[in-house]
Amino acid sequence: MNFHPFILPFAVGAIVLFVIIIYKYVSWIKNLDRKQKYFVNKNMFTFKTIQAIGEVIREALIHRNIYKKNPVLGYMHMSLAFGWFLLIVVGKIESSFYAGTFFEEPWLAIFFRYFAKEPHNYFMAAQFTFIMDFLLLVVLSGVFLAIMKRMRSKFLGMKKATRHSTFDRIALSALWWVFPLRLLAESITAAISGNGGFLTGSLGNLMSGLPVQALELPLWWAYSIVLFAFFVALPFSRYMHIPTEVVLIFLRKWGATAGEQYSGFSDIQINACSRCGICIDACQLNFAADINNVQSVYFIRDTRYGKLTDDIANNCLLCGRCTEACPVGIETTLIRQQLRNKAEIPGKHYYDYADTVDCESKPEVVYFAGCMSHLTPSIIISMKKIFEAAGVKYWFMDEEKGLCCGRPMRQQGFVQQSKDLISKNMRMIHSSGAKILVTSCPICYKSFRDEYVLEIPVFHHTEYIETLINSNKIKLHNSGKSIVYHDPCELGRGCNIYDSPREVLKKIGKLQTSELERENSLCCGGSLSNSVIDLATQTKIRDHGLEVLTESNPDILATACPLCKKSFVHGNKAIVQDIAEIVAVNIIAEKQSKKLQLTKNINEFEVNYK
Amino acid sequence: MMDKKVLIIGGGPAGIETAYSLALQDVKLVLIEKDADVCGNIKNWDKLFPDFKNASEVREKLIRKLEHPNIEIITNTEITKLYPEGNSWFAKNDAEKIFEADAVLLATGFEVFDAKRKEELGYGIYDNVITSVDFEKMYKSRKILTSEGRVPQRIAFLNCVGSRDEKVGNHYCSRVCCINAVKQAIEFKQLVPDSKAYCFYMDMRMAGQFYEELYRKSQEEYGVTYIRGRISEAAVTMDNRIQIKAEDTLSALPMKMTVDLLVLMVGIEASAGTTLLSEQNNVLGLYGFAKPLGLYSEDNMTAKSGLFLAGTCKRPLTLPETLADARSATTDIIRYLKTTK
Repeated sequence: MNFHPFILPFAVGAIVLFVIIIYKYVSWIKNLDRKQKYFVNKNMFTFKTIQAIGEVIREALIHRNIYKKNPVLGYMHMSLAFGWFLLIVVGKIESSFYAGTFFEEPWLAIFFRYFAKEPHNYFMAAQFTFIMDFLLLVVLSGVFLAIMKRMRSKFLGMKKATRHSTFDRIALSALWWVFPLRLLAESITAAISGNGGFLTGSLGNLMSGLPVQALELPLWWAYSIVLFAFFVALPFSRYMHIPTEVVLIFLRKWGATAGEQYSGFSDIQINACSRCGICIDACQLNFAADINNVQSVYFIRDTRYGKLTDDIANNCLLCGRCTEACPVGIETTLIRQQLRNKAEIPGKHYYDYADTVDCESKPEVVYFAGCMSHLTPSIIISMKKIFEAAGVKYWFMDEEKGLCCGRPMRQQGFVQQSKDLISKNMRMIHSSGAKILVTSCPICYKSFRDEYVLEIPVFHHTEYIETLINSNKIKLHNSGKSIVYHDPCELGRGCNIYDSPREVLKKIGKLQTSELERENSLCCGGSLSNSVIDLATQTKIRDHGLEVLTESNPDILATACPLCKKSFVHGNKAIVQDIAEIVAVNIIAEKQSKKLQLTKNINEFEVNYK
Repeated sequence: MMDKKVLIIGGGPAGIETAYSLALQDVKLVLIEKDADVCGNIKNWDKLFPDFKNASEVREKLIRKLEHPNIEIITNTEITKLYPEGNSWFAKNDAEKIFEADAVLLATGFEVFDAKRKEELGYGIYDNVITSVDFEKMYKSRKILTSEGRVPQRIAFLNCVGSRDEKVGNHYCSRVCCINAVKQAIEFKQLVPDSKAYCFYMDMRMAGQFYEELYRKSQEEYGVTYIRGRISEAAVTMDNRIQIKAEDTLSALPMKMTVDLLVLMVGIEASAGTTLLSEQNNVLGLYGFAKPLGLYSEDNMTAKSGLFLAGTCKRPLTLPETLADARSATTDIIRYLKTTK
């Protein structure tokens, strides 16, 4: 039998790793919520599984996504993951050929060169030696890049690297040593037995002057011990993302999505985080306000180790920039929202006093301005003007006794209170019998889309205005003004509405682009989701955003969210207007109704800036 | 007596008062005003707090002071560039006209806060939301009316619009609006005795002489109601009245109220000229105001020798404080002229 005691550390480590991973897998799957389990059962034996396998190869081995975002970083991951994977597979095939059986000792492949010292005459021995040396070289190049990344993260195009925990450091150091030690051990053995490929053989020749006999065993021992350290540290370190991502890909393909409550699926996502730190660079709290301990990577790490504090959970704009940037596609903002869940804290039903009003006017459209639009009355007046000009019969649902849509409560974790509001609002919306719901606020819009169960479609006013223009219900004249559009977080990343606002703006002015837009757009700083930062910090975020947006010195900074408008107006840097306002000013009125005169002032509403 | 010349930028109370005191000391000077008329912001005022003195009397007195032969007045001229060279100061307007002097006094004063920046209060959107300046202008003809020409039965005054408001970036207190609201509420009640007048406030800062007495009188004799709380938003009703949402923080209850007229007590901000000229000379302080050399005896001087400050270009001040500050600047300017060659 091919045996030597130095394989023991490796064997023990591998068994420990295997047991822990199986235990974790089982507990995650057990804790999936009902909906997630349903989808898993439904889709497990379908074509989706094949697709998942394809994606595992693309993402967990080749790392296509990281490659697309950052080629050097992508190569580093690919060389380590795919290179190591092939080393194992090809090594196993080689050792099977050598042993003449598929059931040779399981450790033989790992320590093959030590045991296979005699001249090689198994099938394709030379080719195997070459391939194995080549793969080792590929992996070593990845290790080299990893070390460079640690020393100088800018080398790989990253501004900030993640700060690591103790287990991370153990696993990381072990990982760095695994392949150099393997190279040395194999080279020494090659020097002794005169085999080896272009890499190990040549290095072996170079080392032939050393006391090779005395060095051989210590090196193989060291290689095995380092493997042991890596395997044992892995489940407790960031490298847990390697076995977890595979599970995540399968579950996702089967249709599991994050629900309202923290579940096994959230656990899987949290363990799938590799702490690459790409989210740190994406976070405005980092680069505009110099807050460096709350980013998703730290939030997820703290959650995983049970150290999450309220301060970290709540210090987030929920803008979604990190979710957009995450190469693993972890639903960072949703998980944060899940962990803000305060459902178990006995709370008051705050809204018992609020009575609902039923609509009796049989309108075509229900208009819900939203609380924030009530703080920007110019938007409301503009919407009234647009409805009137289009001759649409609408019911202004929250004109007098409006309730909040419930989303800000939800974002802060007050699930029950949010549900109270949702049910009251749903009753009012359905009482109208209208065909569509229009809102001016992206926060309400997201809530209506994701948290309400509505019988009628909901439109954000930018989408609605686009349909009015396309169906010729309103006619606009082109003001010729230059306009830069700011994508609000909830409308853009939140609801994927990027084109409607732009289409509308193209009809009334010269639409310009800005450096960070669409998926990359910045938060205005006024987010209702962060209950930790103060106004001074919000101001820093706002001013940075304003700087990016007004780079081209546009006549108008357009947005589609009352909250963004309010934030930017106070920056005193540009004329800030909601799309509804710009549209209202540029409507070609066919007949002036009496009601319209009430809204005449809107034409003159332009704040003077110093 | 002296062959030195002083340039005063700004023909408001601070500029005029300094000009007159300097002229009395035989100093020749030029006073430059950007508008057609002198007297600055008090042009808009009808009566002054706390004694209801006619602002026109004060204006007439100030204008008469400018008749002194040592004073040359240039109006309709806005200085956009100010810089020292050697021992002299130079000021230019956009037409590149140059004024030379041995010393310069910045008396560029304040501007009122643009209430449109607080969109939730509806100024510029709803006709019946006006500012304290609009109120003064209406009061000149003794006609406080809604946009429909009705006599308001309910009026609300809101303090701290643009002052003590982190969100608009002004943390400071404008100091004159509280007492001005008391004055205007009394004036309104005198015009329309059986009306209701409400005043929303965070604190009533009645620090000046006779302020507290007037505040008390407004409640006891005129029945003005004071509500501690800010108005969070204003909306328009079907009949074009103003519905306001606020919180009465003393009873900790949210409230809604409909009024015929909402008056926003707009705060004091540094004028554009103050900010521009201070910035050019590295004497820009907080919030765009000019920065004096020190808080105590150096309050009229700046870090630039030969550049002096008077009045509200430094910070919000009442009219009597501004006039006193102007006379105090005179002393520093004379001392400077005597000690420099």
